[in-house]
Amino acid sequence: MSADFLLELRSEEIPARMQAGARADLERLFRKELVAAGITPGAITVWSTPRRLALIARAMPLATQAVHEEVKGPRTSAPAQALEGFLRKTGLSAEQLTERDGVWFAVLEKPGRATAEVLAAAIPAIIRAFPWPKTQRWGAQSLSSESLRWVRPLSGIVALLGGEVVPIDVGGIVSGRETLGHRFMHQGVVTIDGADDYADKLRAAHVIVDHATREAIVRDGAQRAAADAGLVLVEDEGLVIENAGLTEWPVPLLGRFDPEFLAVPPEVIQLTARVNQKYFICRDQAGALANAFICTANIVASDGGAAIIAGNRKVLAARLSDARFFWDQDQKTPLAEQAKKLARITFHEKLGSLADKVARVADLAEALCAVIPGADPVQARLAADLCKADLVTEMVGEFPELQGLMGGYYARAEGLPDAVADAIRDHYKPVGQGDDVPTAPVSVAVALADKLDTLRGFFAIDEKPTGSKDPFALRRAALGVIRLITDNGLRLAVAEGDLLAFFADRLKVQQREAGVRHDLIDAVFALGGEDDLVRLLARVHALQAFVGTDDGKNLIAGYKRAANILKKETWEAQAHAYTPEPAEAALANALAEAGPKVDLALADEAFTQAMAALASLRAPIDAFFETVTVNDADGQKRASRLGLLDQFRAAVHKVADFSRIEG
Amino acid sequence: MADTLQTAPSFQDMILRLHAYWSAQGCLILQPYDMRVGAGTFHTATTLRSLGPESWNAAYVQPSRRPTDGRYGENPNRLQHYYQYQVIMKPSPADFQALYLGSLFAIGIDPLLHDIRFVEDDWESPTLGAWGLGWEVWCDGMEVSQFTYFQQMGGFDCKPVAGELTYGLERLAMYIQGVDSIYDLRFNDAGVRYGDVFLENERQMSKWNFEVADTDTLFRGFAAAEAECRAAIEAEVPIAAYEQAIEASHLFNLLQARGVISVQERASYMGRVRDLARGSCEAYMAKFKDDWAAKFPGWSA
Repeated sequence: MSADFLLELRSEEIPARMQAGARADLERLFRKELVAAGITPGAITVWSTPRRLALIARAMPLATQAVHEEVKGPRTSAPAQALEGFLRKTGLSAEQLTERDGVWFAVLEKPGRATAEVLAAAIPAIIRAFPWPKTQRWGAQSLSSESLRWVRPLSGIVALLGGEVVPIDVGGIVSGRETLGHRFMHQGVVTIDGADDYADKLRAAHVIVDHATREAIVRDGAQRAAADAGLVLVEDEGLVIENAGLTEWPVPLLGRFDPEFLAVPPEVIQLTARVNQKYFICRDQAGALANAFICTANIVASDGGAAIIAGNRKVLAARLSDARFFWDQDQKTPLAEQAKKLARITFHEKLGSLADKVARVADLAEALCAVIPGADPVQARLAADLCKADLVTEMVGEFPELQGLMGGYYARAEGLPDAVADAIRDHYKPVGQGDDVPTAPVSVAVALADKLDTLRGFFAIDEKPTGSKDPFALRRAALGVIRLITDNGLRLAVAEGDLLAFFADRLKVQQREAGVRHDLIDAVFALGGEDDLVRLLARVHALQAFVGTDDGKNLIAGYKRAANILKKETWEAQAHAYTPEPAEAALANALAEAGPKVDLALADEAFTQAMAALASLRAPIDAFFETVTVNDADGQKRASRLGLLDQFRAAVHKVADFSRIEG
Repeated sequence: MADTLQTAPSFQDMILRLHAYWSAQGCLILQPYDMRVGAGTFHTATTLRSLGPESWNAAYVQPSRRPTDGRYGENPNRLQHYYQYQVIMKPSPADFQALYLGSLFAIGIDPLLHDIRFVEDDWESPTLGAWGLGWEVWCDGMEVSQFTYFQQMGGFDCKPVAGELTYGLERLAMYIQGVDSIYDLRFNDAGVRYGDVFLENERQMSKWNFEVADTDTLFRGFAAAEAECRAAIEAEVPIAAYEQAIEASHLFNLLQARGVISVQERASYMGRVRDLARGSCEAYMAKFKDDWAAKFPGWSA
């Protein structure tokens, strides 16, 4: 015997961004409550609209299993308090216990509970424990601050198990089988029989309860609207989900705006359309931004949407007029003038104003040109001087996300060289993992200088990231530096001390993605003094290739054996006053030969050759361990052989600290 | 908006319709607070009356002054003096959303022709120690109202919660009348435009706000209002104290428009205004909380 369960929690409009999380939370909490009661539900489906969260659980048993449980108690010889405690815990009297082998046992009978009863208790518990990002109180009951909280006022509950109402009363909201359809396109209540007719009855009342279906309507409808106008939709899954979360009956509609606005940079148009209005934008067949927008209405309008499109066009026009005003206005002031205003903006109380920062970045960018092939120090200084100037423009004040980009536009409009404008535009890059890394020399100089200055500054005032706290985004800055340096093959001393160690950590995280072993990075960093990331990675790459070979694996085994022995022993260096065994002599020769080769290869940064030179030690060390007794009774032999192993270890350490290598 | 152009109410008619509508919903129709304020929320009918357990339903127009928004009458969308229509209902009624939508219908917005949406927008006023959850209401993509369930005011939990609606009247009227400039709004149905009434006011007041207002006088006024507010709190006349707090708040806004408050000083001035406003709310609460607790079992500040 089983039945399907339907739950609908109807409320005033749930923020679109919270709906996906709410669906996951509802399913999770529902499962948890049922499992705790001993019920295993079948398939669970969760849906959301702006005005409701819904859950359907299939094949629910109608009652929980009866449980027969024997609980072990205290020994019969235990003090009276122990028995009293056990009786309290089990709720039984002493006569109801049984005794076996000097121990009290209680037999507990838990009869099966009706699932409806379990649900009637579980649903209010779920509602009260629901982890919304923000909650509120409302209405007359909020006279008490203990009144029910929900993301917005909760207005109705449908709870039907096998078509029967599960009686629920939470904060004065009583469950039933009636819900509401679309706010405007349906009048009166919708009466639900059960899980099977819920979605269909709502659809008839102009509510598509399945969010995935609404998302598909938005996605496909926007694409079709663009195609019908001979345009190509700029796809944006975030907008698809947001618009589906704002509508119960989505209707994508395409409108046009005055093509004169296309004089404003396309990024500005896209941003204002997307962020302020939640509109999709389109491109023409040649790929240029088109003067079109697609909004998603929540109704099938009686005039086919003409008034809605006209209204939205007007709103967008007002927004774009503002943007064009900023665009025109900003261009009346040269960036060099704007930059003067940075003196009024605090970068950090211990690191001075933004103008102070810019001055440091300019010095650094100019100096960095020495290690960036093709970078013109004059252009680098100019670009750095102006790189933050757009922060005080009207456009960036309105759209902070356009920082850098607008500076680039304004610089170009002023007639500054492209290399300078590009450097201003790209100096925040790379921002995230997937972001492009600048390659133009002047851009690289400014991008690197900006991030290095931030890192050096905050490390100097001891504002380092700790745990999950990284308020100045220093991890991101370090990652940016690493990518700028490694992608462009720049040879420079990146940092020292704590900051170098911080780079080492970041490098390990970053290189993990590329399949580089963190222990090998440690092994190279442990040599100390390596502040050239390009050289470091070249060495790590060669090392990783080497430790994957048979020679490498055996050499590590030999190294570990040698190191283990050396760790335990002490000895005085002594001259060979005896005839060494063949393997001993061979190892000594091999070391004498390999040592200079390794040195030479390392000096040339020919790390693969250095590894090959090390590989030549593999056979001799293996043979040595096979045939030679290190701990010879003859103290001279013993000391000499330990000395040989020490030389071997030293030779290996020229390449990397093998003790850091795992496995 | 061919549908509404013919029948769209004039600016004053829109206000009259809102008054008639909210009056029918049981709201007191109040007059503007007779002081310079930045928003309808500052009216004591909203701030002070949202404190405490007593039921309170009111609607009013509040002239709102934002000196830094002045554009000398040259920008068709921005004014330093404009009107907000404010509704406050405590406790928030169960059908507050439906009541609100009814008010839009009353001024000529048909929800089957226009796309009305509730888009997340939480409200916070650090100055008033207040916050709430709610939405901005969109009509065809335009924000026409703020809809908020107050959760805290003056640092106190709202018990019960009040629902607040704020309509930007000029913007709403521009939309309903289908005009592109505030100054072209039909103020009445006898040919008077909004510009005939307010354009000269915008020109002169923008000039005064930005160029003329004597900053020493403003600074002195701020200090005087601050002192007066504290004295009034001391004397247990919190309404008078609150008036001085909003006076200080407006003088601060004027000083901002005059560009004489540095970035560093700004935070400190805002903190001073916040202390005055919160202190007034606290004094108001202190004055009435025992009576309220006696009258409303289970209620506490």
